[in-house]
Amino acid sequence: METKINKNNNFYIPQIEKRNKQAKRFRLYALSAVVLSLSFLAFFLFDIIKAGIPAFTQSVVKIEITIDEETANNPYGILERDMSRLVSRAWLRSFPKEIDAHPEWIGTTQTFWALLNAEADQYLKGAQNKLKENQKSKLDALLQEGLIERKFNATFFFTGDSKIPENAGFYAAIIGSVLTMLVTMALAVPIGVMTAIYLEEFAPDNRFTQFIEININNLAAIPSILFGLLGLAIFINFFGVPRSSPLAGGMTLALMSLPIIIVSSKAALKSVPASIRQAGYALGLTKWQVTKDHVLPLAFPGVLTGSIIALAQAMGETAPLIIVGMIAFVPDPVTSFTSAATVMPAQIFTWSGMPERAYIEKTAAGIMVLLTVLISLNTIAVILRKKFEVKW
Amino acid sequence: MTNTGAKRRDFIESLIKSVLIFAAFISVLTTFGILYSIIFESVHFFQRESFVDFLFGTQWNPDTAFLSGAARDTSDVASAQFGAVPIFAGTFYITFIAMLVAVPIGVFSAVYMSEYASTKVRNTIKPTLEVLAGIPTVVYGFFAAITVAPFLVDLFATFGMEASYRSALGAGVVMGIMIIPIISSLSDDVISSVPNNMKNGALALGMNKAETIKFVVLPSAMPGIIAAVLLGVSRALGETMIVVMAASLRPNLTMNPLEDMTTVTVKIVEALVGDQEFDSSLTLSAFALGLVLFVVTLCINIVSIITIRRYHKKYKISNL
Repeated sequence: METKINKNNNFYIPQIEKRNKQAKRFRLYALSAVVLSLSFLAFFLFDIIKAGIPAFTQSVVKIEITIDEETANNPYGILERDMSRLVSRAWLRSFPKEIDAHPEWIGTTQTFWALLNAEADQYLKGAQNKLKENQKSKLDALLQEGLIERKFNATFFFTGDSKIPENAGFYAAIIGSVLTMLVTMALAVPIGVMTAIYLEEFAPDNRFTQFIEININNLAAIPSILFGLLGLAIFINFFGVPRSSPLAGGMTLALMSLPIIIVSSKAALKSVPASIRQAGYALGLTKWQVTKDHVLPLAFPGVLTGSIIALAQAMGETAPLIIVGMIAFVPDPVTSFTSAATVMPAQIFTWSGMPERAYIEKTAAGIMVLLTVLISLNTIAVILRKKFEVKW
Repeated sequence: MTNTGAKRRDFIESLIKSVLIFAAFISVLTTFGILYSIIFESVHFFQRESFVDFLFGTQWNPDTAFLSGAARDTSDVASAQFGAVPIFAGTFYITFIAMLVAVPIGVFSAVYMSEYASTKVRNTIKPTLEVLAGIPTVVYGFFAAITVAPFLVDLFATFGMEASYRSALGAGVVMGIMIIPIISSLSDDVISSVPNNMKNGALALGMNKAETIKFVVLPSAMPGIIAAVLLGVSRALGETMIVVMAASLRPNLTMNPLEDMTTVTVKIVEALVGDQEFDSSLTLSAFALGLVLFVVTLCINIVSIITIRRYHKKYKISNL
C-alpha cells in the first residue's frame, strides 16, 4: 500500500495521490470515532470513580465525655458548643442508646470516636463546604493533634436513607432492589420461557403467531416510561396493588423484561438441533415430553444467560419505577413485598437531587455499587455462555 | 399402553398447550394494557381540554389545574393552558442534538469495526462499546448534571456566551453518547453482512478501500443503517432519566441550544410524581403526552423493524 509511486510510470495519473490521501483521511475519521467513543467510556468511569471514592471513608473525631444521668436525657448538650457544631447529629441522637446498653459508664469518663458531620467531613476531604473560618481552624488543630481519623464508611452499607448526609446509606435500596428483582424474575422468567416454547416448538406459522412475534419486537422498543404508565393505571389504580411497593415495581419491570427473555430463550431453543426432537418422536414421545425432557435441558444455559441479562437491565431501570412511586424516602430496609420501598437507581436519583454537597459523593458511590453489580451479572452471563456453549 | 393412558396423555398435552398459548398471549395483553391505560386516561383529559389546543397551542400553563382538582373556586383565576408545542419542540430538539453526536460517531465506529479492524480488535471493541449501552440511564443523568453541564457553562462563558445549567445541549450530548452503541452495534452487523463479492468487484475496478466503503458498502448498507438510526431516535424520544436530571422543567420554544428546554418524558414524570389528585387535568395531561409518545415511537419502530427485515431478506441473513 505504502510503496512510493513512480511518477514516470506510463500509467501514472496525478489524481492517485489525492485519492490515496482521501482514503487515509477516511480511515482516520473511522478510527477517531472509535477512539472517541472509547474515551467517552473511560472518562465517564474515571469521573464517577473519582467522585465516588471519598464516600467510602468517613471522618471521626476522638472525644472524651463524662457521662452522668443528664447525658442520656440531653445528648445534644454533652459537647462544647464549637465541638457540637462539628459532630454529627445522628451520632449524638443515637448516644442515649449507647448509654442504655452500657449502664456501667454512668459516672465515668469515656473516650469515643464520634462521627463528624458532613460539612466537616467535606472540609477534611478538601471539598466545598459551608464551614466558618474558626471551625476550619478548629478542625486543622484537631487534625494536628491526631484526634481526627478517617475510617471505612460502614454506615453507607448498613443503613437506609437519611436526611442527615453523613448518616445516609444504600442498604435499604439494595434490599429494595433484591425484593423487586425477585418479583420481576418470578414473573418474567416462567412467562417468557413458556412464550418462547410456544412460539418455537408448538405454534403453527400463521397470522396469529406472526402478530405475536411482531408485537414482541415492538414491545422491546417501547419507551420504558410508558410501562410505568401501565403500572400506574392498571396495577395500582385498577388492581389496587400498593403504590411504591416492590410488588408494583416488580410487576411493571417483569413486563419490560419479557421481550428480552422471550427473544433469548427462542434463540436457545432454536439452536437445539432437530435430530434430538426427531429421535424423541421416533421413540413415541409426545411433543411436550420431547420439549420438557430433551429440548429444554439442552437449551437451559441459553435461557439462563438471557434471564441474567434481562435481570441486569431491569435492575438499572428507573423511569417506570418513579412513575409507580418507588422514590419513597425509606430509612429502614423493607421486609415485605407490599410496603413502600426504594431501589438502587431510584436512590441514586433521589440523592442526586439533594441540595447538600455531601450527597454528590454518596450518589457516585451508589453508582459504583450499582455498576459493580451490573457488570458482575453481565460477566457471569458471558462466562456461563462460554462454559455451556455446545457446537452441534 | 392402555387406551386410558393415551387419553390422559393427550389431555395433558392439550392442557399444556393452552397454558403456553396463554403465556404467549400475555405479551399481547401488555401492549393492549399500555394502549388501554393511556387512551382511557387521555380521553378523560380531552373531555376537559381541547384536543386542538393541546396539539397546536404554544402555551403550557397547567399551574391552575390543581385548583379545580382540589374543588376550589377557579372563576377568578386564569384558566390552565395545555398547549404542548413547546414540549414537543424541546423533545425533538434534544433528540436532534443527540443524533448529531451519535450518528457520525456510531456509523464511523461501525465502519472501522467491520472494515478496518482485525477480528481480534473487533471482538474487543464491540463488547467494550456495548458496556456503554448497559450503563443505567440514571447514571448518565448524574454525569450530565454534575460534569457535562458545568463544563459547558464554563466553556461558553469563555466565549462570552451564557449557557443554562440545564441546557438542551448538555442533555442532548450525553444522550448522544448513550445512543452511540445502539447505532454502532446494529450498523456493524449490517455493514459486515454486505456480500464480499460486491466489495471485491469494486476493488477490482481500481477503487481504493475508502472509495469502496463510500460508494459500494455504505450505499448498499444504507437501509440497515437508517433503521439503526431510527431505533436510536425512538430511544432518544422516550429517554427519561437523562432529561429529568439534566434538562429543565420549563417549556421553552427556542432555537438556542444553550437555553433550557423540557421534554415530553420530563413533563410526564413531573405530573405524576407529586401528591396531586389523580383526577386533575395536570395528572391526566401526562397520559395525553404519553399517548403522543407512544404513537410516534410506535410508527418509528415499525418502520425500522420492517426496513431491517427487508434488508436481511435481501442479503439472506438468517439471524432476524
